[in-house]
Amino acid sequence: MQSFEYANPATLQEALALLAPRWGQADILAGGTDLISLMKDYLHTPKRVVNIKNLKELEGIQKTDAGLRIGALVTMDELAKNADVRSGYKSLADAAAGIPSPQIRHMGTAGGDLCQRPRCWYYRQGFGLLAMKDGKSLVPGGENKYHAIFGGGPAWFVSASSLGPALVALGARVKLVSAKGPREVPAAKFFVAPKDEASREIALRPDEILTEILVPAAVVKSATYEVRQKEALDWPLATASVALTMKGNAVASAKVVLGHVAATPWEAADAEKALAGKTITPATAEAAGKAAVTGAQPLSQNAYKVTLAKVAVKRALLEAVKAPKA
Amino acid sequence: MSSKKEPELPARPKTRFSRRGFLGVGISGGALGTALLEREAVAAPANVAGPGPVAITLNINGKPVNLTVEPRVTLVDALRNYLDLTGAKKVCDRAACGTCTVMLNGKSVYSCAVLAIDAQGKNIETIEGITSPEKMHPVSAAFWNNDAQQCGYCTPGFVMACKGFLDEHPNPTADQVKHGLGGNLCRCGTYMGVRAAVLEAAKAAKGGKNG
Repeated sequence: MQSFEYANPATLQEALALLAPRWGQADILAGGTDLISLMKDYLHTPKRVVNIKNLKELEGIQKTDAGLRIGALVTMDELAKNADVRSGYKSLADAAAGIPSPQIRHMGTAGGDLCQRPRCWYYRQGFGLLAMKDGKSLVPGGENKYHAIFGGGPAWFVSASSLGPALVALGARVKLVSAKGPREVPAAKFFVAPKDEASREIALRPDEILTEILVPAAVVKSATYEVRQKEALDWPLATASVALTMKGNAVASAKVVLGHVAATPWEAADAEKALAGKTITPATAEAAGKAAVTGAQPLSQNAYKVTLAKVAVKRALLEAVKAPKA
Repeated sequence: MSSKKEPELPARPKTRFSRRGFLGVGISGGALGTALLEREAVAAPANVAGPGPVAITLNINGKPVNLTVEPRVTLVDALRNYLDLTGAKKVCDRAACGTCTVMLNGKSVYSCAVLAIDAQGKNIETIEGITSPEKMHPVSAAFWNNDAQQCGYCTPGFVMACKGFLDEHPNPTADQVKHGLGGNLCRCGTYMGVRAAVLEAAKAAKGGKNG
């Protein structure tokens, strides 16, 4: 790890004044579960690390008439256990509880979950975010079994965020604050598929801090379902998060968002269309799963993800309405 | 990119006040003027430290310990290399295997992903603080009884993770045990023994309380 100076600001304003206008100068430290590893691998070599854990305004979960406000420092453990989250926003609680390691849930924060860097092994081994060589990505012709099946490149890594798909499905917004002031970005626009090596995979700018997540109040049935290779300490292979507005037993409108299949949480518009007006049964859920993977372009080693994504959508839908799994 | 001049980092703030960070005293943003911050901070550590060695105090197993480390030193390295507390092991060093598990304010964490400087003001509990050959912790004793180790390298981390799990789930089901230990790996594959040990330790703790 390269040496750095450690800043311990007491307020948001102080923290913002310590950040730099360009990436690579200063990094924000919250739970540390990703940043410390990135620094050990020299993927991040900041001159200054700004600890934001003392910023009280970034803590807590509040339920208001407008919805849910989740402070960036809320841990995944708090999120998974919070009664308001569990009762009204099940897909979020599912996503947080789905992280298999209690230690990661104790340390990792909601803000950090959204800002963590991709787990792509090309990126982690120093080949760059897009793994470009001679103007071409190494991924399509290389070891790509954990890579994207949607998006068509050049970013073939998959978004590592656990909360991302649920937040996009629930129509959440993310508050980003710089010394110049705050701005709000829809979760769907927070995640970005970078087109060049100098870009990042999130909309956060280097002089900004993600301070809170705002989830609108809505009567929805929601669930997140993850498919993993291992029970412990692993990222999912494919996830699906669904949010349904019901009219009686029928779906009035649906949001279906896939995770770990693209550089961003992937909105499955065809599945949403397939569900409108339907009641959720094993048959309609399966049809929605099939629709969700329309247009998938698997690489040489990851066609299996198409099947997993399909199954994840079906199971998430059945879980959301608590229908028996078929 | 390399030909461009790197922009400078914004200067360190002149005020020195970070006592609140270390003492856990809340100061709400903007409520205090700079003058007050400056006044309060006499002899307090600066709010920007390093990159060179910094004197820090860690509260380990109930005792304050002084040491001097660079901000980049992780808690597991501070414990093992500076304080000779070698119970927490360093294996993956990437927050992925669990051998470095310690308790921070009562919660299990990976000490390889915590900066030592960041652990100030928190209660750090290591395996050395809870168990010894003379006085075994119920979880350690249950590991012994259930043959819950082979090479033993993951054991200290597992014992800490199990203790953390049992503090939160005093009456666990077998399924809860399986999921509650998802943060630790054993390359010998002794999971069955570990799960049996946790269930036994839970029973032993209850027996102790009731008896």
